[in-house]
Amino acid sequence: MKPSIFGYEAPTTLEDAIALLAGDTDALVLAGGQTLLPAMNFRAANPSLLVDIQHIQSLRGIAVGGDAIVVKAMVRHREFELDENVRRANPLIAEVVQHVAHVPIRNRGTVVGSLCHADPSAEMPLLLVLLDGSVIAQGPSGSREIAAEKFFQSFLTTARNHDEIVVEAHFPLPPAGAGWAFDEVTRRHGDYAVVGVGCVLSLNGGGRATGVRLAACGIADRPIRLKDAETILNGTTLGASDLDAAVAASVGAVTQPDDINVSQSYRRRALGTLIRRIVVKAAQRAEIVA
Amino acid sequence: MTRMMKPTIPDRSADAQVEVELTVNGETVHRTVSVRMLLSDFLRHELGLTGTHVGCEHGVCGCCTVLIDGKPGRSCLTLAAQADGYTIRTIESVAAADGTLHPVQQAFKECHGLQCGYCTPGMVMNILGRFEEKAPLDLSDDGIRELLSGNLCRCTGYLNIIAAVRRAAELLGKTSA
Repeated sequence: MKPSIFGYEAPTTLEDAIALLAGDTDALVLAGGQTLLPAMNFRAANPSLLVDIQHIQSLRGIAVGGDAIVVKAMVRHREFELDENVRRANPLIAEVVQHVAHVPIRNRGTVVGSLCHADPSAEMPLLLVLLDGSVIAQGPSGSREIAAEKFFQSFLTTARNHDEIVVEAHFPLPPAGAGWAFDEVTRRHGDYAVVGVGCVLSLNGGGRATGVRLAACGIADRPIRLKDAETILNGTTLGASDLDAAVAASVGAVTQPDDINVSQSYRRRALGTLIRRIVVKAAQRAEIVA
Repeated sequence: MTRMMKPTIPDRSADAQVEVELTVNGETVHRTVSVRMLLSDFLRHELGLTGTHVGCEHGVCGCCTVLIDGKPGRSCLTLAAQADGYTIRTIESVAAADGTLHPVQQAFKECHGLQCGYCTPGMVMNILGRFEEKAPLDLSDDGIRELLSGNLCRCTGYLNIIAAVRRAAELLGKTSA
């Protein structure tokens, strides 16, 4: 299990990296390599050239702004998880990132790399979709912003062009006082989620939910916002019958067929269980901070 | 279709080479290696540091865990080429020069935290890295299980390994934050 022959370049400028990608249609970007290198060791990926972006200084760092957290392409999962400013600005992030693989993997793997890989069971794509985030992709003719819901197109497929590098991801901050929660069902700790659900919501003076956001991973060919459930839950007190209705409106979003691990009906049951649990937890936290 | 055609024989090695310079266990090493050489193979084959074990070569088993710039990482999921400029610590650097075991190793010995020992170097490097990290430690049963979750022991001696982590924390005066 060793990778097959490939070329390797480690440019120090973004322009050089983009030119290398543009010059070779079988080239791939190497950031943390925690998904790409296993795929290459398995010979599931056979790039002709790896463009290692770790030495590009402009791709480093996290910036917590007034309305979003900006994560540059070389930010590792563990950095995102432990950053004090991120924890203060949006504690949901640490709760989600803790579910990504194991610490030694999180020490190397990057947040943006996970977004670009676009595994439909992965946590980072779900987080970007849940928060209505976006990415900035830079190519030979300039840069463009791509909204999360446009970015994730299908299984391992994004709107990024071959000669573009996603230089940063924007994770908008939830409204002040909002509650938040994330959890997932996995076969083993650290595995990809069978199903994962995240929620952000606010409670108004009457204890009614507003601005409900609900998203799931592991249920389809990409992370999915559960908008029907959001509509049902908005304006309610999140009682048992409200949750029942939200779950009933969501199970149809599970399109992932039976696989070697679980059946589709199991995924639907797991999704329902997680929605109930996560919405209630988010509401409890909203009451505490409001 | 190109794969069906007779390949053209290049005039030099088809396996691209790259120069790397990195610090391993406090020593600067310089080598010219194949770009597809994994850091795990670099440590074992180029440097003769065979204490870093290789299990699955896809990041699942944790046997090849070393400290990469002070943090536990998989040497099988890192290219030697990527490691140019890095500081690496392997299991060979852990015991004192006179052979005195590090407290984490001592704890494994006392608690029978190893049977065949194949997974032990990766376990020790992971635990060491987590003990040295600034992030708060959770030394509850669940916390220790989480800490070890990226390292597989196929002898399945996990209970003694958990006991070894607790004992190592005690020896090093580490407490849950």
